[in-house]
Amino acid sequence: MSRNPYVRPVSTTTWYMRNGRYRVYVLHELTSFLVMFYSFLTIFALSALAGSAERWDAFLASQQSTAMLVFHTLALLYFMFFQTFPWFKLAPKAMPVRVGERKLPESYIIIGHYVAWAVISIFIFWLAGVV
Amino acid sequence: MAIAKKAVVWGLFAAGGTLSSFVFPALIALFLLIATGNIPDGLQFEQIHNFAASWLGKACLFIVLFLSVWHAAHRLRVVAHDFGIRKDTLVANAVYSIAAIGTVLAAFYLLTIS
Repeated sequence: MSRNPYVRPVSTTTWYMRNGRYRVYVLHELTSFLVMFYSFLTIFALSALAGSAERWDAFLASQQSTAMLVFHTLALLYFMFFQTFPWFKLAPKAMPVRVGERKLPESYIIIGHYVAWAVISIFIFWLAGVV
Repeated sequence: MAIAKKAVVWGLFAAGGTLSSFVFPALIALFLLIATGNIPDGLQFEQIHNFAASWLGKACLFIVLFLSVWHAAHRLRVVAHDFGIRKDTLVANAVYSIAAIGTVLAAFYLLTIS
């Protein structure tokens, strides 16, 4: 090994722009902002709910705008395609399921996640009185 | 001890990622619906208040919020590193403090609703 190994300079702030896979990785990671944002938005909603009916109605009114409509639409699409679906795709690798001697096919686990997702989503919409 | 602690932290992280992946699309869709002005019956004060006042409702909301904020905090720590912020201790303290504040606020508001 050489005494002065050549270290290729790599930018610590823009390294992911060199490669498409890295860019997709960063897009996956950035969905964590959405998790934080919607968690705190929900906590803010709970603060109104803990107040009074008037404060809850004021909260609902404050959320009605075209800007929020556009933001939520983009956030929903971004979140599904860069967190939910990749997480399901990764699940059989993170938690391989064995049935006796054999490994359960990855596609079964992935399909199981999509089915569970549909059931949970429908249940939440049912709770909210949408369906 | 270090390994045991890591297993717990990793478990919480994975649980938060799984739970937020399952629940958040529907949650965002509800906020989207609110933004359109079509408030469904279940989100009218009486009904949503009843849900949050029940112990099952409180437990569901708390578990989702608690796991999600810790999951997001851990990932934001990695994001900071990816964007060239190399002061990990400072970043870790900041993001985990935000998660702790979120957890305490969620618990406080949920306990206030009765």
